[in-house]
Amino acid sequence: MRYLPLNEGDRTAMLARIGVSSIDDLFADIPAETRLDDLIEGLPKHATEMSVERDFTALSRQSLSAGQAAFYCGGGAYRHHVPASVDHLIQRSEFLTAYTPYQPEIAQGTLQTLFEFQTQVAQLTGMGVANASMYDGSTACAEAVRMAARITRRNKCILAPGLHPHYGQTVHTSATGNSIEVTALPPAMGQDAQMLDVLDDDTACIVVQNPNVFGELVDLQPLADAAHAKGALLIAVTTEIVSLGLVKSPGEMGADIVAAEGQSIGNGLNFGGPYVGLLACRDDRKFIRQAPGRFAGETVDASGRRGYVLTLSTREQHIRREKATSNICTNSGLCTLAFTIHLSLLGELGLRKLAALNHARACALADRLGAIDGIEILNTGFFNEFTLRLPGNAAQIVETMAQNGVLGGIPASRIFGAGRFDDLLIVAITETNTDEDDTAFEAALRGAL
Amino acid sequence: MAINSTGRPTTPADNQSIAQDVKTFSGSRGLLQAEPLLFEVGATDKCGVDLPRVPEHKTRLGGLERKDAIGLPGLSEPEAMRHYVRLSQRNYAIDLGLYPLGSCTMKHNPRLNEKLARLPGFADVHPLQPQSTVQGALALMGELSRWLCAITGMEAVALSPKAGAHGEWCGMMCIRAALADRGELAIRRRVLVPESAHGTNPATAAECGFEIDELPADATGRVDMQVFTDKIGPDVAAIMLTNPNTCGLFERDIREIADLIHEAGGYFYCDGANLNAIMGKTRVRDLGVDAMHINLHKTFSTPHGGGGPGAGPVVLSKRLSAYAPLPYLVRDGDQWQLIEDDAQSQEKPFGRLCAFHGQMGMFTRALAYMMSHGADGLRQVSEDAVLNANYLLARLSDEMSPAFDGACMHEALFDDEFLKNTGVTTLDFAKAMIDEGYHPMTMYFPLVVHGALLIEPTETESRESLDRFADTLLALAKAAKAGEQAKFTNAPVLAPLQRLDETQAARHPVLRWRET
Repeated sequence: MRYLPLNEGDRTAMLARIGVSSIDDLFADIPAETRLDDLIEGLPKHATEMSVERDFTALSRQSLSAGQAAFYCGGGAYRHHVPASVDHLIQRSEFLTAYTPYQPEIAQGTLQTLFEFQTQVAQLTGMGVANASMYDGSTACAEAVRMAARITRRNKCILAPGLHPHYGQTVHTSATGNSIEVTALPPAMGQDAQMLDVLDDDTACIVVQNPNVFGELVDLQPLADAAHAKGALLIAVTTEIVSLGLVKSPGEMGADIVAAEGQSIGNGLNFGGPYVGLLACRDDRKFIRQAPGRFAGETVDASGRRGYVLTLSTREQHIRREKATSNICTNSGLCTLAFTIHLSLLGELGLRKLAALNHARACALADRLGAIDGIEILNTGFFNEFTLRLPGNAAQIVETMAQNGVLGGIPASRIFGAGRFDDLLIVAITETNTDEDDTAFEAALRGAL
Repeated sequence: MAINSTGRPTTPADNQSIAQDVKTFSGSRGLLQAEPLLFEVGATDKCGVDLPRVPEHKTRLGGLERKDAIGLPGLSEPEAMRHYVRLSQRNYAIDLGLYPLGSCTMKHNPRLNEKLARLPGFADVHPLQPQSTVQGALALMGELSRWLCAITGMEAVALSPKAGAHGEWCGMMCIRAALADRGELAIRRRVLVPESAHGTNPATAAECGFEIDELPADATGRVDMQVFTDKIGPDVAAIMLTNPNTCGLFERDIREIADLIHEAGGYFYCDGANLNAIMGKTRVRDLGVDAMHINLHKTFSTPHGGGGPGAGPVVLSKRLSAYAPLPYLVRDGDQWQLIEDDAQSQEKPFGRLCAFHGQMGMFTRALAYMMSHGADGLRQVSEDAVLNANYLLARLSDEMSPAFDGACMHEALFDDEFLKNTGVTTLDFAKAMIDEGYHPMTMYFPLVVHGALLIEPTETESRESLDRFADTLLALAKAAKAGEQAKFTNAPVLAPLQRLDETQAARHPVLRWRET
């Protein structure tokens, strides 16, 4: 077995040093009736590297990957180009095979990159501070709601009609054990002001996604003003973080907490995970004290040199146990590293250009698809994702297009459930799409109608 | 002094004593390069990515164009490589040396797994593509489920939890849903948690709305059965037990614990962080477990990555499998299908844990690990992990003080008795290990032991590596006892930084860089 260094001679000598006669003596505490004498049933024996690789390659070929298709899926996960240097750097042993930085003297690599990551996320979102990551955007959103409830000492939460339904469901699940009452408005586009009708003095927060699940841009400012007037907080959700290279930041529009999916920068589609949740908030002790997850902070060492440590850990489960702000422990370390490396390669100049490129491509595609008879573009303002009303069932049309090598977006019914918005198709486009892709998409869509 | 043929000295002069005090003009120290913050080396007009020209277009941003300066610094590719490579060299890593963090299972991360996780059929597929186009990826999830169920003997597995603590939450939410289904949620409020448990256990139970009732350990480091029996009652929802526990011991009475909790109408949640010790030796189903999360980033070698990403699939007993969260995988004829909403479901899912269906990148790596080992290799993993831990326990007991008598499982626990009256604390001892080139063990955990030092070598250490480690620790213990206090209290002096001021960091939090 290639991963096991001990040989039989080692094992015998070690058992002798321990003072037992067989390995099973060390497992004597396992109740006799539950011990396994034979190998686990139904599983094969060990396999060579070649054979495992062969099996995986065969399985991999059974899927239509984005790179093989004209690809237009978004809905919370986006396909952007990640520079080769990013994947190379995150595979360096010192980053890849390190644990959570519990011993700061020998973990400054991880800690300094986390500090840089936190700063980048704060800058990008226009917020005061950011934590060292959550699992993904949806869980960041659920944690943000609980955080808002603790800060305001209120228990009501209102979800915008344009919030990704998976995010809404994640909030619901998380609220279950925490006596938080969730009001989810019926999904709709451009109906965010409806939230203000149910906003009251018990409201801890309103949760608004921008761009929303239909790709529509939302001005958060009037919503934030209304929330603040009632003593409630505004949680801004973003699933496409690249949009912040072009779209006004949530911080500038009055958000109190930002919960975002950071996958678009540095991280691939990976069939849904691992991704990287971003959580940023106002630079306010009350907020920071109630934040979930980890923070890296600056300090000095015994000789006065600058260094970084995990800090404010009295909020965390390993110290506070049942009184912790969250049970989160392992988060998205290596994905934050990919994020921070990609974003430092882009810089402000690159990010703005990348965002502009995405938007320009989206404008051109919207014009092109909107010109097809029977198709209507529902958005007034968008970044790189928009919604089409089709003259037919979007799920069936997507299926037909897929058979022609086009992954033509997400049928709204896939995320809202069948029977709802059956004719709506959510289409995302990025810098990875080519003019040839657009032509193939248009042709496949016309053919499938 | 030895001189070679060109007259150059080939052995250094005795300058050990001055090496530590050398100040350099550059701030670098030999191979260890000084590296400022990104914000001090980058510039907002620099870019390491070439992008195509932006086509002419009229923006359709609804008046929400970003106009403020963002402030994000950029780096060219060569500058970025240097920045991150230099930073990486300030990290300890498994690939560098033994990483004995108890309960964290820092084992070798096979590189085959990295390669396979990047195959396009797994890495470059979208979670919401038509399911007909991702059958290979779904099949992989199905195969992973089959292995996890075979190893544990359990009925079903929920794949979506994104880490161990997320898995705990998933398992406890299943229990909550089952109790609600039975109409007993209002009565069953208490969850029993041993005080040796990871902090995540009580935090999880609290997040699910339960009250936490702590169970003390007995003199052998296991659940005190007398107290447990007394605490059992009709208001108990569950017990959350780690097995093997965080003292590195198998809970001998586990069958009795399971029977008692079941008789009382409660459920048995097992924290599977330490599954690495018992794979192929016993099955958790046979131990009476109802739900257990499995840290793919511990037992199944997916890299820890400096704090994630992890994955925490939860195996469930027949009593709980109907409550597994959305989405879940079913086999429909020759097709795999993800059940994504209540309308499609024939079961009673408690809800949704996160946006998509879990950590695919970890599934591929973990399955590659399992298939590489096979049933025989996985059993050998547990045996070697336990053998290595006991070997260290035996060797280190010459100078250090084991917390409990007898053999351990995959990790060996010591207390600070051996440091008594030396003026050296567990923390000092750990920091001195850094100077010796080792990452310290888990310190001050579990809480049931004074000044705990919890050592988990894992199965991927050779005997030579264990011997070097043991020799070093024994020498340190002797030095502490011999009164060489300064060697410990000043440590580390050979790491990139000396001890950091954590109090200052917490009192005056600086959580981001700002332009001064």
